[in-house]
Amino acid sequence: MLANNVKITPELVAEHGLKPDEYQRILDLIGREPTLTELGIFSAMWNEHCSYKSSKVHLRGLPTKAPWVIQGPGENAGVIDIGDGLACVFKMESHNHPSYIEPYQGAATGVGGILRDVFTMGARPIACLNALSFGAPEHPKTRHLVSGVVAGIGGYGNSFGVPTVAGSVRFHRRYDGNILVNAMAVGLAEKDKIFYAAASGVGMPIVYLGSKTGRDGIHGASMASAEFDDKSDEKRPTVQVGDPFSEKLLLEACLEIMAKDCVIAIQDMGAAGLTSSATEMGAKGNLGVTLDLDKVPCREEGMTAYEMMLSESQERMLMVLKPEKEKEAEAIFRKWGLDFAVVGETTPSMRFIVKHHGEVMADLPIKELGDSAPEYKRPFVSLEKPAAIDAGAIEPPGTIADALERLVATPDLCSKRWVWEQYDHIIGGNTVQRPGGDAAVVRVLDGPKALALTTDVTPRYCEANPFEGGKQAVAECWRNLTAVGATPLAITDNLNFGNPERPEIMGQFVGCVRGIAEACKALDFPVVSGNVSLYNETNGKAILPTPSIGGVGVIADFKKSATLAFKKEGEAILVIGETTGWLGQSIYLREICAREEGAPPPVDLIEERENGEFVRSLIVDGAATAAHDLSDGGLLVALAEMAMASGIGASLDAAPDDVPAHAYWFGEDQARYIVTVPVQAVDLVMARARKASVLVSRIGTTGGDKLAIKDQRALAVSDLNERSERWLPTYMAGRD
Amino acid sequence: MKAAVLVFPGINRERDMARTLRLVSGQAPSMVWHAERKLPAGTDLVVVPGGFSYGDYLRCGAIAARSPIMDAVRAFAAKGGLVLGVCNGFQILCESGLLPGVLMRNENLRFICRDVFLKVERSDTPFTRGYNAGQVIRVPVAHGEGNYIADGETIARLEGEGRVIFRYSSPDGMIDPDWNHNGAINAIAGIANDRGNVLGMMPHPENHVEADIGSTDGRGLFAGLAKQLGAAA
Repeated sequence: MLANNVKITPELVAEHGLKPDEYQRILDLIGREPTLTELGIFSAMWNEHCSYKSSKVHLRGLPTKAPWVIQGPGENAGVIDIGDGLACVFKMESHNHPSYIEPYQGAATGVGGILRDVFTMGARPIACLNALSFGAPEHPKTRHLVSGVVAGIGGYGNSFGVPTVAGSVRFHRRYDGNILVNAMAVGLAEKDKIFYAAASGVGMPIVYLGSKTGRDGIHGASMASAEFDDKSDEKRPTVQVGDPFSEKLLLEACLEIMAKDCVIAIQDMGAAGLTSSATEMGAKGNLGVTLDLDKVPCREEGMTAYEMMLSESQERMLMVLKPEKEKEAEAIFRKWGLDFAVVGETTPSMRFIVKHHGEVMADLPIKELGDSAPEYKRPFVSLEKPAAIDAGAIEPPGTIADALERLVATPDLCSKRWVWEQYDHIIGGNTVQRPGGDAAVVRVLDGPKALALTTDVTPRYCEANPFEGGKQAVAECWRNLTAVGATPLAITDNLNFGNPERPEIMGQFVGCVRGIAEACKALDFPVVSGNVSLYNETNGKAILPTPSIGGVGVIADFKKSATLAFKKEGEAILVIGETTGWLGQSIYLREICAREEGAPPPVDLIEERENGEFVRSLIVDGAATAAHDLSDGGLLVALAEMAMASGIGASLDAAPDDVPAHAYWFGEDQARYIVTVPVQAVDLVMARARKASVLVSRIGTTGGDKLAIKDQRALAVSDLNERSERWLPTYMAGRD
Repeated sequence: MKAAVLVFPGINRERDMARTLRLVSGQAPSMVWHAERKLPAGTDLVVVPGGFSYGDYLRCGAIAARSPIMDAVRAFAAKGGLVLGVCNGFQILCESGLLPGVLMRNENLRFICRDVFLKVERSDTPFTRGYNAGQVIRVPVAHGEGNYIADGETIARLEGEGRVIFRYSSPDGMIDPDWNHNGAINAIAGIANDRGNVLGMMPHPENHVEADIGSTDGRGLFAGLAKQLGAAA
């Protein structure tokens, strides 16, 4: 008999984030009024964060297959084949709402959650990345949030023992009330030893492992599915508390019992905790599950069934073990000092039954809990796209040199050393390329193979034209991997948007997803995992549309990866790709002219591919001595970055007559790279380019300690470096 | 060489250390669990690696210092056995009484991961035979609490007895506050005990032993140990 001593009122339904028609769906599904515990379970399973109810219909358009894809979206993380019997397991996930409320713990548990997703599948994490978006620097909360988030990411990753090797940090007033913390984890496993969530076999014991269950994080996933208002700070109790020490023990214990072949199925407890993990194991294996909550290790006394089912306490796992190996597995967990309890079993009934103190607190159809979640085709509109701006109509700076001096010290373009020096980026002994380059390069085991890793998106492009912006995010990710010499393999997408119930926000989402799909298809760059974060808005003001793209590529020999630093004096500097001087939505326009206008640069995916393949061939052959992708700030900012990374300057030809000088130097045309080659190799490279129908022009020569454009004031590389390095530490110290 | 790498819960650079020992000496070390009471027979080098033992939830290294295996390590050291502690390992050795002093939060109160330059003060120790006295090496640090301090008398003794083995320096070997990232007193990066058989250091030489991954500047420490212990075995 179901113990139902709480009357389910419309108010209670609303407090659980369920709309009246969604509640009706529940009544129709189970044919009676739910218990309070059941209502909690539905709210956990049917919120936006867990059910993807607004996004699912559009996500189906993303390409997810390729010969090298072992597991696409739908599991804890995506899995790709990287050769030699090895697989790379990776995913990116947001922890936006909790990080705004409680930056240290919110960011820390974001890292913890994504690491768990990766090692749940049997992979040892080898790298973390993170894409961070903060509000305007002058907003009174920004510094506090940057400090807390960075400390939280470092605090968790450093202690857990994974190198944090790359990422991005941006500032814009549209994130004032909703920062974005997107964390990506990458792991390595043997290709034929991947573990999945689907349970198999009736009457199998379900084992609870890891930390105890407390009252933290209750309704965390529901919070992440709602907008903020002025009272959002009151939601602090819904944020979880991270314990990287326990997670490290959990990692070692899990990998040890996996190696001993004890595990049939495994699922981590992330969003919606025990509820989501138990139903997923059963539903994926076509089995029912019965849980006995009296067996669940609890941190506090007197926890109710409702609280236990909705707790998002961290560092917990659910497993189905091979019965003959149960004792062996338990001994391993005890050795690592972790809780181990049989809390239920699989059943043939296809029901999800929760018992507490001998009473049935929930009895629900297990498949329908997930499968019958509402799915919306929300109305969407595309806003009128801004027209392209003619570069000639955009005012030039005082001098090109003045503009560069200012640009390298802007919040988005300046050095992020202050951030990444707080992350251990070398643990593991495999970090070939550290933060600060186009992509991080991490050696695989003892080499020579390596993985290239990056995260990218340009939100201002996505806002101006969601479709082109979606394409550009994927193309830039692909380009960054290419620029270190890697063959791009697959992506994880972390789609951050405002309230999907507003047609214009839904329009942004649909446009970006279509753009992502188009670019992924054209570049053979499938999506293997991802996460959708909606309702990133406060008092009706949404963030910039921010579909973060995390990419993975493979390099056959890590010793041949390219870096962006100039290597020696007297080398030829070549630009690959066409420079038209596209200033619409550029950093120049925003930072120097204070205008956020125009159409973003269009992305020609055929040109992307041809130019990228050409650059990669130059790197693999050893013809290119340095390589760098062109993005924010255009040609001159990229050249400055190559100079600052090496201390070597360059003499540069004047801009060609047919493009305004400021548009030539700061325009953001896509599909471009800079490479350096020895002078004597220039003719050969040009001939190869002609054969490949790729546009290459020589623009100067490396050398000296200044960046000198013909007939312009020369800039000392050391001075540019000083400006670039100074902004963030000065800002964080609270000085002007 | 028969090295033993200690494994405490929360330690996370034991794999880096084991790989480096294998790479440089050709012999894989034994991995010794904290609950053990004895070191493997024939152990001639104990390494306490870096990480966050017990989450560093109490003072760094304080809980690990009280593990069963540390009694065996103290006995081993008392008989003149070589003990190397790196990062959290240095903190554990200080907390176990094998080395004097303590590591405080970095001066800027933040975790710092970067390459630093170390001046090797002496080459006549078992740990620094692979270097020349006065040589400057580039190795990484990755710590939040590496700011070494001890009372004035202890510092005077350490300096007087030549027990400061590594100091943070400029690339050309100058001792300068600008190159002392964590604020350690006298720019101390590594010290030895009075018998010279126990060394603790904050930087990670084990992460700089390959030319294409950082540098090979850390190799000298392990090569020197391997040469000495390999010959003895």
